[in-house]
Amino acid sequence: MKADPKGVLTGTHYLDGDHAACEGALAAGCRYIAGYPITPSTEVVERFAGRIPCVGGIFMQMEDEIASSIAIQGAVWAGAKAMTVTSGPGFSLMMEHIGLAIMAEVPCVFINVQRGGPSTGLPTLPAQSDMMQARWGSHGDYEVIALCPNSPQECFDLMITAFNMSERFRTPVMFMMDECVGHMTERVIIPSADKIDIVPRKYTKKSPSEYKAYQPNEVLIPEMAELGKGYNFHITGLTHDEKGYPAMNEDSQKKLVSRLINKIQQYKKEIILIEEDGIKDAEVVVMSYGITSRVAEKAILDARSKGLKVGKARLKTVWPFADEYVLDLSKKVKAIVVPELNAGQIVREVERAVKGNCEVISVPHLGGGVHKPELILEAILKGAKGGKH
Amino acid sequence: MQITILKSCQYKNGGPTPMSEAKGKVNFMVERCKGCGFCVEFCPVKVLEFSKDYNIKGYHFPVAAHPEKCIGCNMCGMYCPDFAIWGEKNK
Amino acid sequence: MENTKHPLSKYLREDRMPHMWCPGCGIGTAMNAFMHALDKSGMEKNNVAVVSGIGCTGRVAGYLNVDSFHTTHGRAIPFSEGLKAASPDTKVIVFSGDGDLISIGGNHFIHAGRKNMDLTVICVNNLNYAMTGGQVSATTPVRSITATAPHGSFTTPFNLPFLAEASGAVYVARWTVYHVRDLQKAMLEALNKKGFSFVEVISPCPTLYERRNKMGDGLTRMKFYKDNSILKNGADTKETNIEINKPFVVGKFIDIEGKPTYLESMNKYYDETFQCELGYKTYKGTRYSCNISDGGVSEGCMDD
Repeated sequence: MKADPKGVLTGTHYLDGDHAACEGALAAGCRYIAGYPITPSTEVVERFAGRIPCVGGIFMQMEDEIASSIAIQGAVWAGAKAMTVTSGPGFSLMMEHIGLAIMAEVPCVFINVQRGGPSTGLPTLPAQSDMMQARWGSHGDYEVIALCPNSPQECFDLMITAFNMSERFRTPVMFMMDECVGHMTERVIIPSADKIDIVPRKYTKKSPSEYKAYQPNEVLIPEMAELGKGYNFHITGLTHDEKGYPAMNEDSQKKLVSRLINKIQQYKKEIILIEEDGIKDAEVVVMSYGITSRVAEKAILDARSKGLKVGKARLKTVWPFADEYVLDLSKKVKAIVVPELNAGQIVREVERAVKGNCEVISVPHLGGGVHKPELILEAILKGAKGGKH
Repeated sequence: MQITILKSCQYKNGGPTPMSEAKGKVNFMVERCKGCGFCVEFCPVKVLEFSKDYNIKGYHFPVAAHPEKCIGCNMCGMYCPDFAIWGEKNK
Repeated sequence: MENTKHPLSKYLREDRMPHMWCPGCGIGTAMNAFMHALDKSGMEKNNVAVVSGIGCTGRVAGYLNVDSFHTTHGRAIPFSEGLKAASPDTKVIVFSGDGDLISIGGNHFIHAGRKNMDLTVICVNNLNYAMTGGQVSATTPVRSITATAPHGSFTTPFNLPFLAEASGAVYVARWTVYHVRDLQKAMLEALNKKGFSFVEVISPCPTLYERRNKMGDGLTRMKFYKDNSILKNGADTKETNIEINKPFVVGKFIDIEGKPTYLESMNKYYDETFQCELGYKTYKGTRYSCNISDGGVSEGCMDD
């Protein structure tokens, strides 16, 4: 289905990441945001509040992030595409409801414009230290989808992908920006609405007597029912059976939780998006995401000018992690360099996935600024010297 | 779970009671009953008493000891937390 | 054997009976009164959604045969705000307990009242956190023995009608589960009322609160309510405190007209002030913004 032209601001614009993300959401069909202001994410909702009366939808400023993260789910059940926006401290508050969205299989998007942490940290400066939290922040076993744009243009494009994935897999999607990408202003080209593909909500066509709220179809994803059409469905965060009724026993737990995990695992190939360059004969690959990938570009160019064969693997999808891709890569390269604006989070996943086949060099940075390209170059050179192949 | 639905003219002392005088009648779903006693206490004309029997969960459930007095006000049905009893006016 | 059906069975998930509430618990009676009120209101069942939180009263959503939601602890109200905002034509009822709505959910309660969200909030107040074993909640009267106050509670509880009035509720009433007819009437009025309507339902918790405080069983407590409730419609909500083993006030305290709801205020304000090339179209919900599944442009949420 094509995007609703009412929400698409076609044209060439000069926008920052936050604003571009808002436009992406509007283009994707988002018509409900409940939010609470927090630097550096507030501009997303400020723009939305300004745009939405004209486009047609509603912005509700709630009393806290806890209210915001569940108000959007109420709106989703009523038929809207919904999103909320926050940064580190708010992300922590939203964790219970991210869990609810996963358990009740609610399609929605959570933006985290990451800033220095922990706690109140550095509100106006970038970091990428919530990456593990995006995966493991809520309690219980589950899988999550997390996307990571590295430019305002991508904030627009990947946002549409985020909404599409959330509808396709009936799951919340974590949109992990960082303060730098959020506040950098670049050219953003927004195409016409008929060039934007969006995934609409898939409502069941079964009759109320046949319909079961959580009966998975062949692709492990249950169909949603429309509110107020006689389905009398029941939704709960308790472990539930196919009817949606609480079923608190070992069997139901196993059935439900493994399906929630497999629902994402099974579609890894579709969900995992990686931007590659020069991988084929690379000796060293730089694996990065978000703003760090922009700095890494410079380091890679510098390294190549020195004659090294350096490849780039930019993770647009950070979760589910690209285990198989990394394992494959590890068999061909000497080293994988992982620069990130944190003390070393995704690098752990890389280390795990390579299974010792190649060297993994972490380039941490505790946030508050971005890497100097020389730091990443140093790591690339180190990787090129050593290694097992 | 088996639900036992008793006929409304359940009586205590044997022998039928003339129902033609009663303005209403009480219906039961005794397997739902948890023996709270609200209906027995708050019936304005004291139709109900606790049975000597137990239901499947082990609770004494209400029986219409004086069905001829029933006025079909449905106070029992309004009080019941378990949807195990309701009254209706006879047509 | 006659095949009689409970007259309100259309509102009951009969495949889940018997429910999990204790013998003598008043939640079933409160739900019963609600079903009567819903029936009397003549509202289409499809236009009704019930949202609960966590706790004993929170289980109500699971037993009512309407589109129902069992959300997280304390957050039934913000969930309902989102639901209502996206589907303004749906009658949204929040049915939860004192611990859920007023303790952990207190902040959301007062904000929803402030915004005058069009919600019907039914709070079953059994004076403790029942589901988790009977701990002190924001409504536990002073000197009550509870699981976390084994020597007696010493903190002042909230006076719920007062809190609701202060938050901006347009309808505030309190009844007990003894007052079944008044309760049905109050719930019916709250359902029909536009804006933030609040009905407090005092209920026994025989297994926990009543047992620990040696107040007998559910029936004894019902008789206590009968003998100790002071009917005072229009009372000043400052007088509606509940003290242990003392008489307390019941009735309808607030019933005001003319206060615009959140969505009414929004529409009125934008109608008057908003400028854009397309003009402001009255917001009627976002229900159909994604409901077109086979090609074509979505209808968005503009009015027809």
